[in-house]
Amino acid sequence: MSAGLAVLSSGFRGFARYLSGVLGADAYAKYLEHHRASGHSGPPLTEREFWRDRTDRQDANPQGRCC
Amino acid sequence: MATAPENRSGSSGREGAVDTDPALPPTAVDEAVRESEDSKWTPGKIALWAAISLLGGMAWFMLAIVRGETVNAIWFVFASVCTYLIGYRFYSKVIERFITKPDDRRATPAEYKADGKDYVRTDRNVLFGHHFAAIAGAGPLVGPVIAAQMGYLPGTIWIIVGVVLAGAVQDYLVMFFSMRRGGRSLGQMAREELGVIGGTAALVATLLIMVIIVAILALVVVNALGESPWGVFSVGMTIPIALFMGVYLRYLRPGKVMEVSIIGFVLLMAAIIGGGIVAETPWGADIFTLDKVTIAWGLIVYGFIAAILPVWLLLAPRDYLSTFMKIGVIVMLALAIIVVRPEINVPAFSEFASRENGPVFPGALFPFLFVTIACGALSGFHALISSGTTPKLIEKERQTRFIGYGGMLMESFVAIMALVAAISIDRGLYFAMNAPAALTGGSVETAATWVNSLGLAGVNITPELLAETARNVGEQSVVSRTGGAPTLAVGLAHIMQQFIGGTAMMSFWYHFAIMFEALFILTAVDAGTRVARFMLQDSIGNFVPKFKEASWRPGAWLCTAIMVGAWGAVLLMGVTDPLGGINTLFPLFGIANQLLAAIALSVCLAIVAKRGTFKYLWIVALPLAFAAVVTITASYQKIFSPTPAVGYFANNAAFSKALAEGKTEFGTAKTVAAMEAVVRNTAIQGWLSVIFVVLSIIVIATAVLATVKAFRNRGTGTEKDNEDPALPSRVFAPAGLIPTAAERELMAEWEKVPANLRFERAGHH
Repeated sequence: MSAGLAVLSSGFRGFARYLSGVLGADAYAKYLEHHRASGHSGPPLTEREFWRDRTDRQDANPQGRCC
Repeated sequence: MATAPENRSGSSGREGAVDTDPALPPTAVDEAVRESEDSKWTPGKIALWAAISLLGGMAWFMLAIVRGETVNAIWFVFASVCTYLIGYRFYSKVIERFITKPDDRRATPAEYKADGKDYVRTDRNVLFGHHFAAIAGAGPLVGPVIAAQMGYLPGTIWIIVGVVLAGAVQDYLVMFFSMRRGGRSLGQMAREELGVIGGTAALVATLLIMVIIVAILALVVVNALGESPWGVFSVGMTIPIALFMGVYLRYLRPGKVMEVSIIGFVLLMAAIIGGGIVAETPWGADIFTLDKVTIAWGLIVYGFIAAILPVWLLLAPRDYLSTFMKIGVIVMLALAIIVVRPEINVPAFSEFASRENGPVFPGALFPFLFVTIACGALSGFHALISSGTTPKLIEKERQTRFIGYGGMLMESFVAIMALVAAISIDRGLYFAMNAPAALTGGSVETAATWVNSLGLAGVNITPELLAETARNVGEQSVVSRTGGAPTLAVGLAHIMQQFIGGTAMMSFWYHFAIMFEALFILTAVDAGTRVARFMLQDSIGNFVPKFKEASWRPGAWLCTAIMVGAWGAVLLMGVTDPLGGINTLFPLFGIANQLLAAIALSVCLAIVAKRGTFKYLWIVALPLAFAAVVTITASYQKIFSPTPAVGYFANNAAFSKALAEGKTEFGTAKTVAAMEAVVRNTAIQGWLSVIFVVLSIIVIATAVLATVKAFRNRGTGTEKDNEDPALPSRVFAPAGLIPTAAERELMAEWEKVPANLRFERAGHH
């Protein structure tokens, strides 16, 4: 019974992770990972700065949506 | 944007030129191993593909050959899914093998330009969902509904066969070639490959096509919301909801995208339920019952304000909401169709399949069915998405087949489900909803009389049924609710209520469907206006450099106003058109979309030729030739047809003549002003068709010239290669949904590599 629950909960977590990937909710985590892996000297952007920068760049470089 | 590291190894883009790091495991499955894995047919594999082929064949037999009273919707699911699987497994592999020739030893832009922001390696399955959400919109939901006038079979064949041989090929090739060019846009590629004339024609055509597409999408929303207080309230509420989400993400809890999306979704559901309550009250009905012209003006004002507001405030949160809704709705619709399995009593070919005077859209099956269903079979707009954003996120070259080709198959499946939803409703109801008010007369009695007078087999509709349907979905009337969206909503409500909730829930499901379509379309209107404004700013910037500065407010506002004015004018023309609007304009939408596809395929043709692949050029030439023939024939008929219902200028001449003779009413136009409107509208529509087709012929001609030139120069090595230089990859990931045995082996090897060795340390920052 508890094994079934565990499978269910891990399945749900996997789904939530997938959905957040599709939505782009994990963008900051990926940015931090990149920042660490590429050996930058300066500190990374804070979460608030990162998301600001992200939408501001969309302002300057708009992308179409499909019909 | 990051610059590529300087120390590039491998001088050309050809295979075998990249030397990967010997300290790392291989970054690609060995060619010979993959070949043998691919060509080894185990009994299990043979049985599986035999079963898929049999099931698919049987489903096609049920749809196309068996002529019973009804056909079950499940056969649509089997026919499409089995054909997609076969197309994906066999045809896309032919394209991969002979045309794209991906090389996993090469780094993708997401690797060599990695910046953690725009260029990010993304898991293939996540990227599949992301790309699918980016390409799927209202188009595949509307086109098949309108095309159902001809019966279910022509549309079904075109959606399924078209996607395998044309739509998915275009998406895959554009994505692959853009990826090899660091994620360059279609416009940039057109200029590089086709030269100044072809490139400029492609740019102008893209801009015009964007205006038309935005205008007609907006027209679909206006038609769905006209005289519908419930719809106006709930769709209107998406604006404050999005604003709240924007502020929440910017100031309260930055980065909590999932959280705010769930909050937004709950608020959206509340807005739908609240809309039903508000529309019941006298004051609610009073405030929110708006005529189409008012809604069109509202949309124009909205479009302007939305496009000049910062992205974070309105567009970004709307994007999250619409992605959320998109995935939810599509999964729900698929589940409902599989569970409910409605019986379809629409004939395979309707009475209108062999005529050219259909009430929903005029014109013969060829070419007009093929332009009416654009998205879902072949959509040029996808080329704008497949170049640019997605290529910057791809992890390995081989994954483009899964994401590009596979993603488009998914969209085609959405179109099939929309078709099933539309044809699951009563046929008489379908025609009463989709014919313009000029024909139905607008009331339930006149509409029923008109539909029954069409002489359609098995159709006998009563005014009571029309009134009851309207009551069930919470609308004042369903007569002449053209544009496809209301019909789809009724179809969806009809299927969903059998699944959850019964008749009592029908009005909720109806407005739920209207809401998600409106949500996609409003996002597309906002984003389309922004992109068009940018293109315009860039073009004016060639003469007045100040306009190139994106941050220069007056320039941005002026260009936004011009673009909104352009699509707003077309929208108002459609709303006030005495001939019905959507049925004269929708073909223009399809033609525009597929001319864009012809442009994208032309660019691909030139690239494939320049790479020296002539033997398999037909893979690109076939869909290009088909798209060119269909759109040019359709344009030709729209311009030159002597039948007034089909030809814009023939109609124009007929109404001009009537005016000159001093008539005060003619055809469906009951006043002199209406007649003058028809003269004006048909002239504009006619000239737009002329401009589109001329521009597209220029682009196609330059591509054919480039191809011929490449053929003459073959083997001389003089053709310029515009790909980015090949750089060695330092990562590995499987190509498709399920890793193969060899891929799993390689993944296990990579697991053992210490993390500090795995990723290249970028030289920048």
